[in-house]
Amino acid sequence: MNTEEKNIVVQPVDKSVIRHVLKVALILFVVTVIEFIIAFTLASGGLKTSIFVVMTIVKAFYIVSEFMHLGHEEKGLRWMIIFPTILVVWLIIALLIEGTYIHIERFF
Amino acid sequence: MDTTTATATTATTAKEDLWDGGKSPFKVSYGKLMMWIFLVSDAFTFSALLVSYGMARFSSESWPSAEKVFNAIPFTHMDAPLIFVGIMTFILILSSVTMVLAVEAGRRMDRKGVEKWMFWTIVGGIVFLSCQAWEWSHFIHGTGLGGASLSWNEYGPPGFAAFFFFITGFHGTHVFSGVVLNYIIYYNTVRGVYDERGHYEMVEKVGLYWHFVDLVWVFVFTFFYLV
Repeated sequence: MNTEEKNIVVQPVDKSVIRHVLKVALILFVVTVIEFIIAFTLASGGLKTSIFVVMTIVKAFYIVSEFMHLGHEEKGLRWMIIFPTILVVWLIIALLIEGTYIHIERFF
Repeated sequence: MDTTTATATTATTAKEDLWDGGKSPFKVSYGKLMMWIFLVSDAFTFSALLVSYGMARFSSESWPSAEKVFNAIPFTHMDAPLIFVGIMTFILILSSVTMVLAVEAGRRMDRKGVEKWMFWTIVGGIVFLSCQAWEWSHFIHGTGLGGASLSWNEYGPPGFAAFFFFITGFHGTHVFSGVVLNYIIYYNTVRGVYDERGHYEMVEKVGLYWHFVDLVWVFVFTFFYLV
């Protein structure tokens, strides 16, 4: 291909953009390390599970908002993505209650 | 088309005219919007798999602790719970970072930058897949007590192995498709297709998919290995 006729101008690197990417990567890295430490130090139970769920949501937020750039998109687009996925919470609650009920039916 | 009158009316009644056609209300291209919609539907599929995993776990009598099942590292015999899967997690996060850098280079029309970062993203994907292949092989062969299959596993209820194969397998299929897509984009970049086109939006679209694969792994990692 002949690039001369297209006359492509490569823009210089914006250092602040790179720094922002590395900052988000560092946050993801640190949160995962903390998850690891908790996995080996805390006894399993409600508290441990809740901490993991919160940290997972934190990581998901940074990936979706910064890496996938959704945080900088139009408000309407943001809600189009987020609202349907929030409804999944209902599925989680319904099936976990159902699972607990089946457990009681089977073993008690 | 008379663009001057169109812009004049938009200026006065911006909100109303947004959905009247002629422009993108979400200010994204068709391809990117469709990629988002696909990812939402894919998120539902993964949610269904993970939630049904939760239901099976809640309804069963006992459930193996992932720390005891996934405690091996290649080429060693030490007991290292979750270390290998932790390494896999970091590899995937790293390949997400290189993908962001590829998108960033694409915005600047920097073909050499896109090539470099797409290359490392593909390498990250292949390394992750290789790790997963090893993990599967280790899990299937087990520790001498019959290992694991879809109907039997030495660690606990058969459902545990079945969900492991389905969820990590479905995710691995996504990683594999991602590597193939990334390779196609890399190939096109090297050939100068996007320079010719005048923009690198394809890198952004494939980037969305690749980050989604990383996102799913974050959830799989928590709910399959940590909790």
